[in-house]
Amino acid sequence: MKNILLEIKNLSVSFFTDYGEIKAVRNLNLTIKKGETVGIVGESGCGKTITALSILNLVPAPGKILQGEIKFENKNLLSLNNEKLREIRGKKISIIFQDPMASLNPVLKIGEQLSEVFVFHTELKKDKIKEKVLKLLKNVKIPNPEIVYNSYPHQLSGGMQQRVMIAMALALNPKILIADEPTTSLDVTIESEILKLLYSLKKKYNLSILFITHNMALLSQIADRIYVMYAGEIVEEAKKEELFKKPLHPYTKALLEAIPGYKNNYKKLNYIPGEIPNNINILPGCTFYPRCKFGKKICYEKDIEIFEKSKNHFVRCVL
Amino acid sequence: MKKMNNLTHFSYSKFIWTQFKKNKLAYYSLYLIFFLIILAVLAPIISNDKPIIMKYKNKLYFPVFKEYPEFVGVNFKNFTKNNKEIWAVFPPIKYSPTEYDLASILIPPCKKHLLGTDDSGRDILARIIYGTRISLSVGFIATGISLLIGILIGALAGYYGGKIDIILSRFIEIIICFPTLILILGVLAIMKQSIFTIMIIIGIFGWTGIARLVRAEFLKLKNQEFVIAAKALGLSDIRIIFNHILPNALTPVLVSATFEVAGAILLESTLSFLGLGVPPPTPSWGSILMQAHDYVDFAWWLIIFPGLSIFLTVTAYNLVGEALRDAIDPRLRT
Repeated sequence: MKNILLEIKNLSVSFFTDYGEIKAVRNLNLTIKKGETVGIVGESGCGKTITALSILNLVPAPGKILQGEIKFENKNLLSLNNEKLREIRGKKISIIFQDPMASLNPVLKIGEQLSEVFVFHTELKKDKIKEKVLKLLKNVKIPNPEIVYNSYPHQLSGGMQQRVMIAMALALNPKILIADEPTTSLDVTIESEILKLLYSLKKKYNLSILFITHNMALLSQIADRIYVMYAGEIVEEAKKEELFKKPLHPYTKALLEAIPGYKNNYKKLNYIPGEIPNNINILPGCTFYPRCKFGKKICYEKDIEIFEKSKNHFVRCVL
Repeated sequence: MKKMNNLTHFSYSKFIWTQFKKNKLAYYSLYLIFFLIILAVLAPIISNDKPIIMKYKNKLYFPVFKEYPEFVGVNFKNFTKNNKEIWAVFPPIKYSPTEYDLASILIPPCKKHLLGTDDSGRDILARIIYGTRISLSVGFIATGISLLIGILIGALAGYYGGKIDIILSRFIEIIICFPTLILILGVLAIMKQSIFTIMIIIGIFGWTGIARLVRAEFLKLKNQEFVIAAKALGLSDIRIIFNHILPNALTPVLVSATFEVAGAILLESTLSFLGLGVPPPTPSWGSILMQAHDYVDFAWWLIIFPGLSIFLTVTAYNLVGEALRDAIDPRLRT
């Protein structure tokens, strides 16, 4: 366990709204090793993005990190002040978001936005910075970096924008890249290009990637280890091969069955009935119980802890 | 790639400009404003009692631009009139705004004085031309001061929110509660009258609208993804406020600033009319109107021309502001 890079312990995040306290993330534990790609998968609203944002302490108001510890290089990121946190953000851990169009500032040219990282974090001269930025753009396989350098975000296609975001995130050679649904807003062909790019960059810089998605099929291509999240909790954790071969939690099974082609389900695609709970009033027992095909009395009688069912395969299910 | 670039070259500012041009009235108003600015900048060579260029004893002189010790106290008009050896080019209007001519008091518009003269025999056209300088400089500098204060306070309130927002918002509301004109009159009563005091005072009491606008824009923009992305890159608050959010919030502020300029010009005229504005003999549209007050029963040219100047300028700014507001409003696009 020596090569653990980032460790999240007992993280709880809540949103305090007019309707009550929404417990978005509850007692979450997660580790990322050096050079590993970790996937988090789950439906919309199950706390994936909030987990990612809490790593850099960016949870937006009215959200609040209630408890927990995020250990990175022997420091607890949650107890750092803003000054020290800025040294981590962008430099050691960076993040790319779902919608590249929204994450790029519409009034700044691509070159200016990319330069800003260097202007703020390093003491390079202007022409040196431009050189570096152009190199970065080339690095993420953007054709005609000179033209892109002088373009505004809206003049680029979605795939190009996401490449720029990746370039920006990797500008200062971070150790961890958090990719929050980086391909959701792109179409399938560009999606695979971006994935290939991420994979090659990961090899090149020995990056650790935390890949957040709701697409199981995507994770089968890129992840080493997968966490399945449901209603703010981890419900299953396993190596990719293990998870796809022997899913233990009914939720994981249901997610897999929703992939076209899984176990020859061409005729009728499976879906999960019901909705995810709103996390305000959490019932005792298994949170997935109301939607579970296999639910029994034991499921809602007491809270269920996550445990190691087989080697390195953790699951929160008593069945 | 080249083709794509041609297609996408239609930038936001160009879009606003095409949209703006559709409003003909505002388009011509913009021309009027440019004309006024040129008039203000070139006032000394448009209207002056000194020649622009003069040849005297085989030497060239530029009396408009430079003071010559050999000509101190010389009346150039009389000096050149009777002297055939002197060659001189005068500005199109041969009067300076402060030039007294007690032989021609209160003359109605005629060939010699196109817009007439006032009770000291000063040419009204010259005074109106020089008045644009006062109006525009007061308008722009007062608005500049308002923008500076308004953007700063609005940005801080909107970006940080919470307690800072509560304190700053209440402060803005307190300032709004004062009747501005009365407040300015009160302050002017104890301060030295000068054009700079006027600019600063109008600026200091005019920022509240801009502050509220900027605050609202910041509240809207601070939770946008690109701001979170900038934070995730570890940029400081100051960089995020000024480099990332402010450029996005600037367009509506610009519209508001245009109205602010009109308001400042009007306020300066009001103060000058009340005799608390620019100290005499500096020409200002408001102070010409104040003179008209004494001769209101016959000297119509003292009322009409400065009044028209104020009216046209203020209307032009308001029309431009309105057209700009419509141009950036996506719901009004056709």
